[in-house]
Amino acid sequence: MHRAMTGLACLATIFLATASANAQSTVKIGVIMSYSGQFADTGTQISNGMKLYMKEHGDTVAGKKVELMPKDNGGIAPDVAKRLAQEAIVRDKVDMIVGFDLTPNALAAADVSAQAKKFMVNMNAATSIITTKSPYMVRTSFTVPQVNESLGTWAYKSGARKAYTLVSDFSPGHDGEQAFQRAFKEAGGEIIGSARYPVANLDFTAFLQRAKDMSPDVIYIWVPGGPQPAAIGKAVAERGIDLNKTKVVGQGELTFDEALKGMGDAGLGFITAFHYDHNHQSAKNKKFVADYNAEFKRNPDMFSVGGYDGMHVIYEALKKTKGDTDGDALIAAAKGMAWESPRGPMSIDPETRDVVQNIYIRRVEKVGGQLLNVEFDKLDNVKDPFKARMPKQ
Amino acid sequence: MMTSLLGVLFDGFAYGMLLFLLSVGLSVTLGMMNFVNLAHCTFGMIGGYATVTLMNAWGWPFLATLPVAFIAAAMISVVFERTMFRRLYRASDLDQCLLTIGLVFVSVATAAFIYGTIQQPVQLPGYLRGSVHIGGVTLGVYRVFLIVFALAVSGLLVAALEFTRFGAQVRAAVDNQRMARGLGINVDGAFAITFALGSGLAGLGGALAIDIVGLDPSFALAYLVYVLIVVACGGLGSIGGTFAAAVLLGISDMAGKYYFPAIGSFMIYFVMISLLMWRPSGIFGRR
Amino acid sequence: MTPTDPATAAPAPTAPHPHMAAQVRWRTVEYVFWLATLLPFVVAPDYLALASQIAITALFALSLDLILGYAGIVSLGHAAFFGFGAYAAGLVSKWGWGEPLSGLLIAGLAAGLLGYLMSFVIARFRHLALIMITLGFGLLLLEAANSASGLTGGADGLQGVKMWPVLGLFKFDLYGFTAYWYALIVLFVFFLMARRLINSPFGLSLRGIRENPVRMRAIGAESGPHIRKIYTIAAFMAGVAGAVLTQTTETVSLGVLDFQRSADILVILILGGAGRLYGGLIGAIIYMIARDWFSGVNPQYWYFPIGVLLIAVVLFLPNGMLGGIAQLIDTVRGRRWFGWLTSPPPWLRSGSKP
Repeated sequence: MHRAMTGLACLATIFLATASANAQSTVKIGVIMSYSGQFADTGTQISNGMKLYMKEHGDTVAGKKVELMPKDNGGIAPDVAKRLAQEAIVRDKVDMIVGFDLTPNALAAADVSAQAKKFMVNMNAATSIITTKSPYMVRTSFTVPQVNESLGTWAYKSGARKAYTLVSDFSPGHDGEQAFQRAFKEAGGEIIGSARYPVANLDFTAFLQRAKDMSPDVIYIWVPGGPQPAAIGKAVAERGIDLNKTKVVGQGELTFDEALKGMGDAGLGFITAFHYDHNHQSAKNKKFVADYNAEFKRNPDMFSVGGYDGMHVIYEALKKTKGDTDGDALIAAAKGMAWESPRGPMSIDPETRDVVQNIYIRRVEKVGGQLLNVEFDKLDNVKDPFKARMPKQ
Repeated sequence: MMTSLLGVLFDGFAYGMLLFLLSVGLSVTLGMMNFVNLAHCTFGMIGGYATVTLMNAWGWPFLATLPVAFIAAAMISVVFERTMFRRLYRASDLDQCLLTIGLVFVSVATAAFIYGTIQQPVQLPGYLRGSVHIGGVTLGVYRVFLIVFALAVSGLLVAALEFTRFGAQVRAAVDNQRMARGLGINVDGAFAITFALGSGLAGLGGALAIDIVGLDPSFALAYLVYVLIVVACGGLGSIGGTFAAAVLLGISDMAGKYYFPAIGSFMIYFVMISLLMWRPSGIFGRR
Repeated sequence: MTPTDPATAAPAPTAPHPHMAAQVRWRTVEYVFWLATLLPFVVAPDYLALASQIAITALFALSLDLILGYAGIVSLGHAAFFGFGAYAAGLVSKWGWGEPLSGLLIAGLAAGLLGYLMSFVIARFRHLALIMITLGFGLLLLEAANSASGLTGGADGLQGVKMWPVLGLFKFDLYGFTAYWYALIVLFVFFLMARRLINSPFGLSLRGIRENPVRMRAIGAESGPHIRKIYTIAAFMAGVAGAVLTQTTETVSLGVLDFQRSADILVILILGGAGRLYGGLIGAIIYMIARDWFSGVNPQYWYFPIGVLLIAVVLFLPNGMLGGIAQLIDTVRGRRWFGWLTSPPPWLRSGSKP
């Protein structure tokens, strides 16, 4: 009896511990992404990027106060994403929905954006077709073909003729595989083998042994973030793959900071293609990295820059519309917008509303005792090649 | 062909050793008290974070952090055991599940709060990195270390259970708890110590796992499934069974990925289901 | 019927036993509960989307309660049927048949068939082996759905799900108005079915099997066929719940088959109280609202208060919310008015083990 009473009291306290806020003449932004679970760090970094932009540029734009309303998607859950988007628009009366770390979630929310005619900024999800699902959406991250076709073309140009591909067995991985293989074959190379590893796989020795046994010139690896890149790096070293004979290449996630710290010198010589790294040499980026470190005690990554540039699009579009938050007005303002981002020059394609940017080819090198991605080649102003091939509507 | 087979066997064995360290504690505590502890991997996570903290913040060498990982996980587990778990020894399985899952949630949030959601890096000393070549087979040094270490630990464990007075009490409690009580054995006390040892081993497993599978706050949930699989296949309360199951699952997982990459992800579940259909109480299970 | 001599009259063989008749009677609290489910339309029209997902979760929890609370089958892979139904409903719509009600039926039948096939395996096992086999099958199905990306769309989720209006009249709207009443009616219909089922002689035999399969067999109730039957029915219901989710959100992804979903629904049922019919419903309401609330307050660390909530329930309200609260009310009033609610199956009561 006594225990039960205490329990109820406890519960009541938990439920009451909440607050609400209301303000006038604000721009409300529903931020929908994963703040918890397996993809929590993605959400954290995007959110950090957004916060930094707001700190640098103030929280008022075009006379209106910007208010973020974060909502946790908790992983791959389009049903939740759709509900959160609906609720944000119906209940919280937000003016736009932004964030979106994962493709299925972005696709589900795009329906809502199209239906409610609300501006939507996709700050991370990288599958090509997403932006076609809502005419009110722009993307400030990258697309999988944009990076991987660039890498395929570059790999052939650098002398590789036989490639082996190893990708994560889910859609973005399949897209990466397809994009790399397509560009590599179009350039004249040959794919001598390919494998797809299980999504939750954490031990890569078996796969890399298999790749090594076929002695390709280049091993292409597509890996989402998380613990896998470090595991791959270690497995490459353990299997004794000689990076002078066999190039190991991949999308930028392969050589993220955490991955490099985990793999140590084993990562030296890995080559990756990507649109952003905190080691990008420009004054704009130096300041961005310094401010970011001062604020969050860690380096920014591609998620952060996606959030940062996403906020830039929002601020600039609001300035152009003089604070009008109508979906049509905002998307018109965002189309064709071009600016200097920490990642270098970038713009929003006026036709596809997708991101146009440089793709950098980087090699892992030791600089001052630290492993860094050092850019040594680049492809300028790359558009999403998938959409370029799509028949014009 | 032969060398690749040897390589796969070796890697699978090393992976199995990791699974063994993570699961053996749960197997024994489940067998002894029938206490469903879904928070077992939380103690693995505590061990992992102990190692990371000592290495990165205080610059301890990797090997020196391992005992601390063991002790940290063991001590924290005792606190939980004394304050919460013991109140539920006679409660239903379902209540035990709910309590321990609640604990996992709390630990995940706490880890995210303290360490952030970031993947924790660990830089192994040079002598544990790289690989050696023996008869054409490439063996990762760290995996060799892992195998030797785990074998030594299991040897110690078996010896402790077989040849000490405390071990005899534990075996008696696993075999027949009521009879053991009747004979005057302090089952609760023995259980508390076993629980601490088991959690400590999980902590050790968590620390050793960082280099192979990484560490972030979702560790406590992500590895729960694998640990449950090993425990169910091995049979409750059986150290030998857990060892055999861990090795079998580790090797079949690795072999599946090497020889049949297309269905590699199915392998571990497939093996588990077939094994349980053949022997529902696990390889060496009696109940 | 002609009056007979009371001394020789026995109740007609078809008439229910008075005890069972009393069990079936509707209580005031139940009327209140179901009337209260209409409240969101009036007091919280902004929360209808959430309410519809709560109703779906409640139906899913109810289906798990049938096998866990009444037949004693602990499953860590119940999402297999939820997901199977969700994908079936999605595919039917993608292939050009967007009519919701027939879609529900097809999805339910598909999941029920899968459940029937699996029930032959399930009926043979108990305890940990049973839990792990359900878990294994659930994860195998997840991997299969991921591999068959041509059919399921893989990790991007199934694209092209478009539903026609319900009965040709009511479109699924942005406010979740249609979604909520649709989900609520489906839940209510299946609740009535479940209620009828567990109060039938079949339901009683199930409870008997849960308590002691050997003795039930001795009195002529073989456990196998009973378990197969209830498992199939539960799978059907879970499939329908999945289908409603697909139809009201017009999305399906691998998330519907996730281990997380199986684990969550188990937590929800235990939280509410297993073996009480309303347990899953209450659990779904409390858990979903709490999660929405906590993650609204703090999207990053909401796991913490949820975990504390679960721990508090176990420590202070054993046998789930419903059991604990009803016990509390009874103690306050000094009598056991809610005994029918609280009398948990003995194996769920403290002090005994299955």
